[in-house]
Amino acid sequence: MASHDHDHGHDHDDHGHDHHHDPHAPQKDHDSGPADPHEVLERAVRELLIEKGILTANEINAQIDLMDSRSPALGAKVVARAWTDPAFKERLLKDTRAALAELGIDIGTLAEFRTVENTPETHNVIVCTLCSCYPKLLLGIPPSWYKSTAYRSRVVVDPRGVLDEFGVEVPEDVEVRVHDSTADLRYIVLPMRPPGTEGWTERRLASIVTRDTMIGTAIPKIAEKKAARAAAGGKAS
Amino acid sequence: MSSETVHMQPRFQPGDRVTIDTRPVLGHCRTPWYLRGKSGVVTEIQGAFRDPERLAYHRPGLPSQVLYKVRFAQTDIWPSYSGHPADQLEADIYEPWLLPRA
Repeated sequence: MASHDHDHGHDHDDHGHDHHHDPHAPQKDHDSGPADPHEVLERAVRELLIEKGILTANEINAQIDLMDSRSPALGAKVVARAWTDPAFKERLLKDTRAALAELGIDIGTLAEFRTVENTPETHNVIVCTLCSCYPKLLLGIPPSWYKSTAYRSRVVVDPRGVLDEFGVEVPEDVEVRVHDSTADLRYIVLPMRPPGTEGWTERRLASIVTRDTMIGTAIPKIAEKKAARAAAGGKAS
Repeated sequence: MSSETVHMQPRFQPGDRVTIDTRPVLGHCRTPWYLRGKSGVVTEIQGAFRDPERLAYHRPGLPSQVLYKVRFAQTDIWPSYSGHPADQLEADIYEPWLLPRA
């Protein structure tokens, strides 16, 4: 296995997902047209690994299924738990691997994880300027913009400008802290719980924790109607 | 790559001021160019990990290298940084790339 969970398109990100899609949707026929060089290379390496007995086809399929099972919902569950259980939050910030294990999430051995907490004083945002390291085991497949040269180069030099384009205006007195995932650690942002969510269940809280809130390019928001209702003390209809 | 027991004495401790080396390098390297020659402060020892500069070429990557989290002031990285002066950037840097700074 590669030492980093980079996303260069050679690690099945773009393959083998069709079985999770709407079976009635029109599907790309992967057998049509000539295979591109990466497909040829992937197939050759895969077949050699199987032939030489290093991996079995079942192991490869199991790994693809594992990756497919990861989505931002997993990260959202972790955030919602941290919002409702201060002791869990403390453990998550101190030892992310162990805290995730409590929730039955095994992050494997490819990378270590760290959780960085947004506070009234600090807003965190994640990037990998060298490639596209991403906390896949908590958030699933990264969005294409995360892998773009524009995001990777601009967010380190002008984070406030980039965040502004995402609709996140960081107040002047809040420090912006960029985390460049340059090595063997993957980062996830623990966003701040928004006001107006008092008494919410974990499940309801998780529903407002989007992928981007855990990258740091969004802030969890409660729907405007709900916000207006909360502001009006629950009287608005 | 999982963290391994730090079996060597880390050369730096949290709070130490360091400068990123500017030596030339060929091939795979996980020290970003934009941080070379820049100074920051060690905030954490992240553990020891196999050396990516050797792993990339199918070597075992041993001995493992101590990995540090280094915090930089954005204004120290980019002379024309236009954000808030308190803004910071953190990156994980392997020990061979860190130079002590008075």
